Amino acid sequence: MSKKIVATTSLAGCFGCHMSLLDIDEKILDLIELVEFNKSPIDDIKVFTKQCDIGLIEGGCCNSENIHVLKDFRKHCNILVSVGECAIMGGLPALRNGIPIKECLDEAYLNGPSVRHNHKGIIPNDDELPMLLDRVYPCHEIVKIDYYLPGCPPRAELIWNALVALVTGDELKLPYEVVKFD
Amino acid sequence: MSTLVNFKIDGVDCLAEAGIYLVEAAAENGIYIPTLCNIQGVKPRGACRICTVMVNGRPMTACTTPVTMGMEIQNDTPEINDIRKAIIEVLFVEGNHFCPSCEKSGCCELQALAYRFRVMVPRFPFLFPRREVDASNPKIIKDHNRCILCKRCIRAIKTEDGKNIFAYKKRGIELEIIIDPELGGKITDELAQKSVDICPVGALLPREKAYQVPIGRRKYDIEPIGIEDEKK
Repeated sequence: MSKKIVATTSLAGCFGCHMSLLDIDEKILDLIELVEFNKSPIDDIKVFTKQCDIGLIEGGCCNSENIHVLKDFRKHCNILVSVGECAIMGGLPALRNGIPIKECLDEAYLNGPSVRHNHKGIIPNDDELPMLLDRVYPCHEIVKIDYYLPGCPPRAELIWNALVALVTGDELKLPYEVVKFD
Repeated sequence: MSTLVNFKIDGVDCLAEAGIYLVEAAAENGIYIPTLCNIQGVKPRGACRICTVMVNGRPMTACTTPVTMGMEIQNDTPEINDIRKAIIEVLFVEGNHFCPSCEKSGCCELQALAYRFRVMVPRFPFLFPRREVDASNPKIIKDHNRCILCKRCIRAIKTEDGKNIFAYKKRGIELEIIIDPELGGKITDELAQKSVDICPVGALLPREKAYQVPIGRRKYDIEPIGIEDEKK
């Protein structure tokens, strides 16, 4: 049986979910027997070189680049998994939801207590920068997501169990202690 | 002398004192009916509908329905559990429930119910309403983002002379809990602690006491909510 191909990305996340994946410790040796990584920060492949079986998405969508990457993942991955609270519900970046974007930017660049050297009152607006969205969107409100692994971060065991279940086709083991929202 | 009545929950023969509420009658027989707005010893309100069961084929709230002879109750069925799960999901999308940054996480009854009913993602779109945090009270921080309006604090917290400290303000989607500025300002340490403990979510929090129990040892880290009833 050929290895399943996995791609991963961090959108508006903190890389904590990727760290949690690495927390499977020595099982990472089993993992590389089981799967091959394509586009992912883990192997630093920047663009998709083939169609993948499983895409793991960390983080929600807070800007236009996140949307672009997420849609690219949907196109190149047969199964997409939202990994972690940010991908599932926006997470901590979504604390800004409900506050108008102008208020957020003014606080960050003009009026915030830590603003020191922005004498001209510039709010970054270069064409090179991705546009901020009006709010942070959970991934499943942008594209179809097939599975969800909650947690902040999801427990290493949960990510591992889910990957094994997806690769082998066996039923996912979900003991009570591994499904947590924090 | 109280009379005992026979009834059935999911086909299991049960026995309890006539007239006690179904939630308690079930617990006495080792069966857990999930609740959220209900608190033992305080008049039930039947607000959250999590405890919905089918009584002789009709949906009823188990926290407000007294048990009678020969009742046939359905509790743990896929249909009823899906209704309960939907209610939990509604509560999650309707407020701003950021579990990773909440002091109550691990001891929160709403979260514990979500764990028990395996809510992986709400089926409804998130609303992200804009709500305020009110830290004007000297002993209790009130976070409207997390309030589920269960009315527990209004019903259970009274001064010695029976006055309400908590109340509702506004209506409909703007409904929120307020603390009486005068009575709330004079609230005793015991009553403040009781308010915080009685809040099923992290909407009422004590000052300077956050994160005292480490992750892994909090109330719902290892065992699901309702296990006490099932162990009886």
